[in-house]
Amino acid sequence: MTARGFLLYAGMALLIVLTGVFQGWNLALTILNMGLISAIMSLGVNLQWGFAGLFNVGVMGFVALGGLAAVLVAQPPVVEGWNAGGLRLLGALALGAAVLIAAVQVWKRKIGGQMRAMVMLALLIGGFFLFRAALDPAVNAIEAINPSLSGYLGGLGLPVIVAWPVGGLLAAGAAWIIGKAALGLRSDYLAIATLGIAEIVIAVLKNEDWLSRGVKNVVGLPRPVPYEVDLQRDAGFVEAAAGYGLDPVTASTLWVKILYSGLFAVVLIAILFLAQRALASPWGRMMRAIRDNEIAASAMGKNVTARHLQVFILGSAVCGIAGAMMTTLDGQLTPGSYQPLRFTFLVWVMVIVGGSGNNYGAVLGGFLIWWLWVMVEPLGLWAMELITSGMAADSWLRGHLTDSAAQMRLMTMGIILLAVLRFSPKGLMPER
Amino acid sequence: MTDFLNAIVALSNFVLIPGAAYGAQLALGALGVTLIYGILRFSNFAHGDTMAFGTMATILVTWGLQSIGISFGFLPTALIALPIGIAITGLLLLGTDRAIYRFYRKQKAAPVVLVIVSIGVMFVMNGLVRFIIGVGDVNFADGARFVINAREFKEMTGLDEGLALRSTTLITLVTAAIAVALLFWFLNKTRTGKSMRAFSDNEDLALLSGINPERVVAVTWLIVAALATTAGVLYGLDKSFKAFTYFQLLLPIFAAAIVGGLGNPLGAIAGGFVIAFSEVLITYAWKKVLVYLMPENLEPSGLVQLLSTDYKFAVSFAILIIVLLFKPTGLFKGQSV
Amino acid sequence: MAEPHLIGEAMTGGYGRGADILHGCTLSVDKGEIAVIVGPNGAGKSTAMKAVFGMLNLRSGSVRIGGEDITHLSPQDRVAKGMAFVPQTSNIFPSMTVEENLEMGAFLRRDDIRPTIEQVYDLFPILRDKRRQAAGELSGGQRQQVAVGRALMTQPSVLMLDEPTAGVSPIVMDELFDRIIEVARAGITILMVEQNARQALEIADTGYVLVQGANAYTGTGAELMADDEVRRTFLGG
Repeated sequence: MTARGFLLYAGMALLIVLTGVFQGWNLALTILNMGLISAIMSLGVNLQWGFAGLFNVGVMGFVALGGLAAVLVAQPPVVEGWNAGGLRLLGALALGAAVLIAAVQVWKRKIGGQMRAMVMLALLIGGFFLFRAALDPAVNAIEAINPSLSGYLGGLGLPVIVAWPVGGLLAAGAAWIIGKAALGLRSDYLAIATLGIAEIVIAVLKNEDWLSRGVKNVVGLPRPVPYEVDLQRDAGFVEAAAGYGLDPVTASTLWVKILYSGLFAVVLIAILFLAQRALASPWGRMMRAIRDNEIAASAMGKNVTARHLQVFILGSAVCGIAGAMMTTLDGQLTPGSYQPLRFTFLVWVMVIVGGSGNNYGAVLGGFLIWWLWVMVEPLGLWAMELITSGMAADSWLRGHLTDSAAQMRLMTMGIILLAVLRFSPKGLMPER
Repeated sequence: MTDFLNAIVALSNFVLIPGAAYGAQLALGALGVTLIYGILRFSNFAHGDTMAFGTMATILVTWGLQSIGISFGFLPTALIALPIGIAITGLLLLGTDRAIYRFYRKQKAAPVVLVIVSIGVMFVMNGLVRFIIGVGDVNFADGARFVINAREFKEMTGLDEGLALRSTTLITLVTAAIAVALLFWFLNKTRTGKSMRAFSDNEDLALLSGINPERVVAVTWLIVAALATTAGVLYGLDKSFKAFTYFQLLLPIFAAAIVGGLGNPLGAIAGGFVIAFSEVLITYAWKKVLVYLMPENLEPSGLVQLLSTDYKFAVSFAILIIVLLFKPTGLFKGQSV
Repeated sequence: MAEPHLIGEAMTGGYGRGADILHGCTLSVDKGEIAVIVGPNGAGKSTAMKAVFGMLNLRSGSVRIGGEDITHLSPQDRVAKGMAFVPQTSNIFPSMTVEENLEMGAFLRRDDIRPTIEQVYDLFPILRDKRRQAAGELSGGQRQQVAVGRALMTQPSVLMLDEPTAGVSPIVMDELFDRIIEVARAGITILMVEQNARQALEIADTGYVLVQGANAYTGTGAELMADDEVRRTFLGG
């Protein structure tokens, strides 16, 4: 890292500290924790865009898949649900997968064009109805069981930390499918394809109640850290807190957040370390060579599409890990809260502002933009109050402006993105 | 026989008419995307929010007109406001081009850079719309609700199944047809329109022929403003206006433009209808039609709905992937940059 | 002796800030005559023509048309001065009809372009039959005719062609050369770069052999064809 980099990181740390001093440490730690997660997402996108020039606007989908992993791994299994139709459901899913694989196999056979297309189409349509016939009763049976509290299959009941790598794997799987279809085509097509898959992932989470309880949300996910109430009952903890002059409630809240920060920081540093190693390795050099001149690279015998697929899967997996961590931090999966502006395009702002192609830059961008995202709202409200202070208290415009201050966020992010692109297109920490 | 007629009526009522209206709205949106792609050579992610902005401008003018007591009889007041909304949106787009896009055009920036820039513009426009009109649902359709309503239709024909033709549907189809006819007349018959096509075909040769690129770009933005605002207002009249819904329209609109062949206006229209009808056909509960056609003992017990309506994005997406795999330039030959 | 209609005198320069490609290269053509630039690959033939058309910056030398100095004009302004240029590739608007291609050629003209279109159709009768067809659907030779026709629509006094016969069959090439002679007879000055040196020199009033961006041999087409040295080195014996 350069001296400029150290200064920027020191400035970022200062911002968080100042937030702690002026607005309370609870908020500062909340920002820090989401900042750590954002930094990981930003690293994932930087792998794809900064290293390989791949334009992925489906970050939200991969993040949500990570969230799903948290539910599937950590929630206790719902035995009644499994008894009602669990196996049948798995069978139906296997059937669906088999139909798809068969269709792909048919397509790969070199037989007469018309015939091949017809067979494949027949297989897909017939398979779809079979799949629905097998799936629907199982789903109905599962969802009928105590719908207000469960109505789904639950998870494996494993420690929630396990969900983090699993979230990466789920995202990687989705990335493999989408990459197979859209990589090697024009860059805009990958963008649209990823935009689509993200919406589909969210639609699945919202509708497949047996899987994720849909819009009824899964709450109360197990935690990797102790609960505040338990800490408050722990005499040793209360004593230690008193030693710092803190009451047990505040101390426990802060301590839980600090524990999360520690866990997240370990993951971030590990991924950052790996990403740096990858960037400096022959593989990383090759990736950048491909990014800078695809034609020359393929003329040198590099399989561009295969390399792109690799890096696309890796970057998406990183986003999946971050998604699982985020759901763990929230303690709940709420499919309705996934918004592309927040989970896809904001991550892009982080990467561009931080400096695409530079891992440290991406991490810095993650922290800085997240900090701004949180702070713009109070700042906007404050600015609006300043602007409207001269107006009559009951004026329509004053009310409207103050109410709309919350919407300043998106505009601010857009203006920041446009300003960076225009005046410092390489970002705060340029690649070289 | 009556059963058959009833089935036809049900099909028209729930599939054909809504599908056609939605298709027309998508087609207008996709035309805007495809024109920008053809002339400025990038995929404009801000298009959904341009539609939202145009609709918002029109709604504000509509409210203004209503407050001074102007209405359009049985037609929605928004139609009078539409030209003003288009003008406001046109000014916004020209301003955006001057302040933002032109810089990158002069630099001959890579298309993907322009795409990222358009994401920045999308944020700003989205924020602007939310800031001005809020995030809630806005219903601004006034005038007559129905051209034919279901009860009248039943009385008229004596069928069990009613056919409702909502006035917004009819307005959508008529307005879209007029807009498309005007666009094609402009592109094929006027000097400026032809120069746009020439620019889209071969930029260097267009420059050699003395075509002024800045003028072509400005005209393009104005046409895009007209198309996007019209598409947005029609969609809003038909359903309702909500900033986020318009952002989400980006996906089916892009799918329509790509399926038809990016840069090809005819393709955009075809793509719009392909996507719209696929969405409606696949997410429609067919029971209503089938009960009339099947013998009683074979009548379906379920809804016979292939996919829940929440999966409509999956439909656009699946069609998009199929077309990309088998015909990457789209149904009509688009540009391949 | 009056000055030739088109003259690019002692041109030195290259693309952008790169190394010079042309070194004191001089080209001139009289009104209604055909000048052909030939030479080995990489000799700067196309570059010399682009220099005349203003597509690269000259560090020294000048370009004059009809006695008027146009060295500092942009290509677009040179079109207004009566120059027309047919690039080697992408020289048509593929999705537009033949007639629309011609109309676009005359984009800057505000007078009636009908007679000029008729003249082009008289010159290339096949285009009249295909006027409603998209230019991109035509054969290679027909596309070249569209490209030349488009360039003629500005009623230029100078027509510049960059390898007009690249990629067309020998029969089509002969046909195209005949048309080019016809254009020259109508009083239009022609400057072209040709890969098919032998056939091109046959129709040339003046031939320029360029080597490494400088004039190596200059003479009438017949003189160059008769020159043993030129024949051996550049025309393959």
